[in-house]
Amino acid sequence: MSARFKSGDRVLVRNDDRQGHVRTPSYLKGRRGTVLKDFGAWPNPESLAYGGDGLPPKVNYWVRFDMDEVWRGDGDYAHRDSVVAEIYEHWLEPLGPSEPPRAKRRPGRRRAA
Amino acid sequence: MTGEHDHDHGHDHAHGDHDHPAPAHGHAGIQPDSKEPSEDWEFLEIALRELLIEKGVITAREIEDKLEEWDGKCPENGARIVARAWTDAEFRKRLLADGNAAVAEMGFELPGLKLVVLENTPEVHHMVVCTLCSCYPRAILGLPPLWYKSKEYRSRAVREPRAVLAEFGTRLPKSREVRVVDSTADCRFLVLPERPKGTEGWSADRLATLVTRDSMIGTALALSPDGTRA
Repeated sequence: MSARFKSGDRVLVRNDDRQGHVRTPSYLKGRRGTVLKDFGAWPNPESLAYGGDGLPPKVNYWVRFDMDEVWRGDGDYAHRDSVVAEIYEHWLEPLGPSEPPRAKRRPGRRRAA
Repeated sequence: MTGEHDHDHGHDHAHGDHDHPAPAHGHAGIQPDSKEPSEDWEFLEIALRELLIEKGVITAREIEDKLEEWDGKCPENGARIVARAWTDAEFRKRLLADGNAAVAEMGFELPGLKLVVLENTPEVHHMVVCTLCSCYPRAILGLPPLWYKSKEYRSRAVREPRAVLAEFGTRLPKSREVRVVDSTADCRFLVLPERPKGTEGWSADRLATLVTRDSMIGTALALSPDGTRA
């Protein structure tokens, strides 16, 4: 199957509240990232986990998110730090290249205890 | 117990690679290595295991063999892979290009999973977590440490990586990107730490003694030549 996204594409993680064996972590839902790599198509774990055949397979991407995009400053990280996760294609939506950059935020600081 | 797929489905139970409590009713002369069961899940595991044996689906021998197989997997295997990558430029290239194929040369297999090797450099430091469960390259590092499976590490690693790294004694300049790799699906990640300075001319075997488990998860650096934390 052909991949919908390629390296460098800007993507948005869908904010679906789907139950089940979902491999998309909640903290990345609704966040914007950049595709780093395409790991190819794999049986869909949301089906496999319940005895299904995993078909149709879903392309698994490596997506990079700026920590500032994910936590909006509420964390302990430096400005350039990032989180990278594997996200299946049906959880991603395309973002246009002309998307305006998010307003700059202060780099992360340690949260109050 | 054979699966095409070994990540832990939310409760660390994947096919043959989970943590096994010792049999509750030890045989004479054999000491159990865990306490008597008290939690519901422990009774459930015992009931299920005994039923599977009673009905002939699996044998006790197969369970023991699997336990021994998993006990034989340990971080020293990963250390050999890293040390070879430090001393063999061609192997390093192959390892970074196709982890599965490269480690297969050394006899390690990760069926149904993609092994991705993450090269730490002065620009980027990788640190691996599985926020959803406890995905870990068990075939080459053995069972994950308890902290790796703790809710605390799983939630904090992605949100305050620098604080977590500091607790492991790892302080990195802010100019270096800390890239937290959340192992959410079909890949397994092995960090290739930077080769310590002052180890020029060392053999792969000697270098391997500096490669700790934590340095291959990315919460620490490889040890200094004198064996202390870098």
